[in-house]
Amino acid sequence: MRFDDEPAPGDPFRILPGHYSPGRFERVLRAGKFAVSAELSPPDSSDPEEVYARARVFDGYVDAINATDGSGANCHMSSVGVCSLLTRKGYSTVMQISCRDRNRLAIQGDVLGASAMGVANVMCLTGDGVQAGDHPMAKPVFDLDAVSLISTVKMMRDEGHFQSGRRLTTPPRLFIGAADNPFVPPLEYRVERLKKKIAAGAQFIQTQYCFDVPRLKEYMTRVRDLGLHEEAFIVVGTGPLASANAARWIRDNVPGVHIPDAVINRLQGASKPRLEGRKLCMEIIQEVRQVEGVAGVHVMAYRQEESVAELVDASGVLEGRVPWYPGVKENTSVKRAAG
Amino acid sequence: MYLVRRWSVKNARLLESVYDVFERFFVAMHPVWNAVGYARLERPMAAVEKLIKGFLFDCQMCGQCALSSTGMSCPMNCPKQLRNGPCGGVRANGNCEVKPEMRCVWVEAWEGSRRMRHGDAIHSVQVAVDFSLAGRSYWLTTAREKYEQRHAPGETRA
Repeated sequence: MRFDDEPAPGDPFRILPGHYSPGRFERVLRAGKFAVSAELSPPDSSDPEEVYARARVFDGYVDAINATDGSGANCHMSSVGVCSLLTRKGYSTVMQISCRDRNRLAIQGDVLGASAMGVANVMCLTGDGVQAGDHPMAKPVFDLDAVSLISTVKMMRDEGHFQSGRRLTTPPRLFIGAADNPFVPPLEYRVERLKKKIAAGAQFIQTQYCFDVPRLKEYMTRVRDLGLHEEAFIVVGTGPLASANAARWIRDNVPGVHIPDAVINRLQGASKPRLEGRKLCMEIIQEVRQVEGVAGVHVMAYRQEESVAELVDASGVLEGRVPWYPGVKENTSVKRAAG
Repeated sequence: MYLVRRWSVKNARLLESVYDVFERFFVAMHPVWNAVGYARLERPMAAVEKLIKGFLFDCQMCGQCALSSTGMSCPMNCPKQLRNGPCGGVRANGNCEVKPEMRCVWVEAWEGSRRMRHGDAIHSVQVAVDFSLAGRSYWLTTAREKYEQRHAPGETRA
C-alpha cells in the first residue's frame, strides 16, 4: 500500500492536517484501515544486518514494527538503536519506551534522538520488574510511570519544552502510544486507567496478549460506553503459543500474560501443538477483527517471527492490502486476494 | 506495617473524614506556623508526620502526598512507585508482580477509593514525582499553599 504523496524510503511523510507524525502507521490508522503491527525482538548483537534480517520476515504484512525496550527485563540492543537502523530503510517503527531503565533525563534525550532519526511512533509503558529478567541484580529506575511518561512526551511535542521548562528548538513530531492490559486485576479499573492514559495524551494503544476473547469483549464494551475507541486507536495484542508447556511457562513466568485453562487444554490435546497454536492465534485475530472499536492487531510471535506473514495472510485481515516494505513494486496493492 | 496499612485502606472513608478535619485545622493554623517560622518547623514536623503516616500507611515521605487520590494506599509502596494506577503485571490473585506475597498497592487503592466520598480523585492524572521534595513535611507545604490560595488578594471567596 502506497500513499499518493509517498516519500523516498527513509524520508518523512508530509504531516496531514489533524495528524501529528510524519509516519506511515498514523496514516494507515487514520485512513480507517485495519492495521497490523508486529513485535521485533532486538538481537544480542551489534550487527545491523541481524536487525534487518529480523525485520525482513515481516515484509509486506505489517504496517509498523515495534522494537521492544528490554522486554521481560532482559538485556538486548536498545529500541533507539533498532529503530534508528530500521527508519534508514523506510520502515515504520514503534519505539517502545520502558520506565524501568532510564530516568527522565535519559528518556527525554532519547525521544529527541529517535525523532531526529525518523522515528514517528513511540509506545510508553511501565516495564517489567528487574526480577523477571536476566539482570535481577540491576537497579530498577521507574523515575516516571507510564502516564507521566505519556504526558512528558506530549509536553515535548505540543508545548515544545522539557519537563524542566527549557525550550526545544524543534519539538519531536510523534504519534504517541501506550500499552494496556485488559486481562489482569483490578479488571473494573482497567478501562478507567486506559481513560487516564488517553487523557494524558495516548493516541494509540497496543494491548498485552489476548488469549481470552470474551474478556476482551467485556473490556471493549466498556471502552465503547466511554467513547474511548474514538479518542485512541485500540490495537489488540496477539501471538502464537508453541505448546501447552510453553503456555504454562509463560503464564507462570512472564508478568501479566493471562492464558485461560481452555487454551492450554486445547494445545495439550493437539497432535501438532505448534500448528494448533498458530491456528488458535489466527482464529483470535479473526475474532478480534469483528469486535467493534478495535483498530488493528499487534502480533507478538516471540521465537516464531517467521509465522507472522502466514498468520496475517491466513486471517485475511489485510483484505488484499499489501503494506509497504523496502523494494515493494508500485502496483502490488491489489495483488493479494482477500481472505 | 503491612497489616496496619491494609487496615487503613479498609477504613479509607473514616481516614478521609479525619484528614478533612485535620487539614482544615492545620491550614487555619498558618499564622502560627508562620510566626514560628516554616523553616524552623520543617524538621520536627516532618518527624511527626513520618511517625504517624509511617505507622498508618508505611509512608515513604515523598513530600507530595497522594493518599487522598489513591484510596489511602500509599503508591510509594509499589515497587515501581507508580502514581497513576497498576502496571500490567498484576497477578491473577491480585498480588504484586515484583513481591508475590504482597497485595498490589493499586488493587488496594482501587478498593479504598470506592469506599471514599471523593474517591473519584483516583481518575486524575498525577504529575511525575518531584524527588527534590523527598523527606519534607507535606502537611506544612499544604498548609502554606492552601492558606495563601484562600487568602490571595483580589480573589473572591466562594
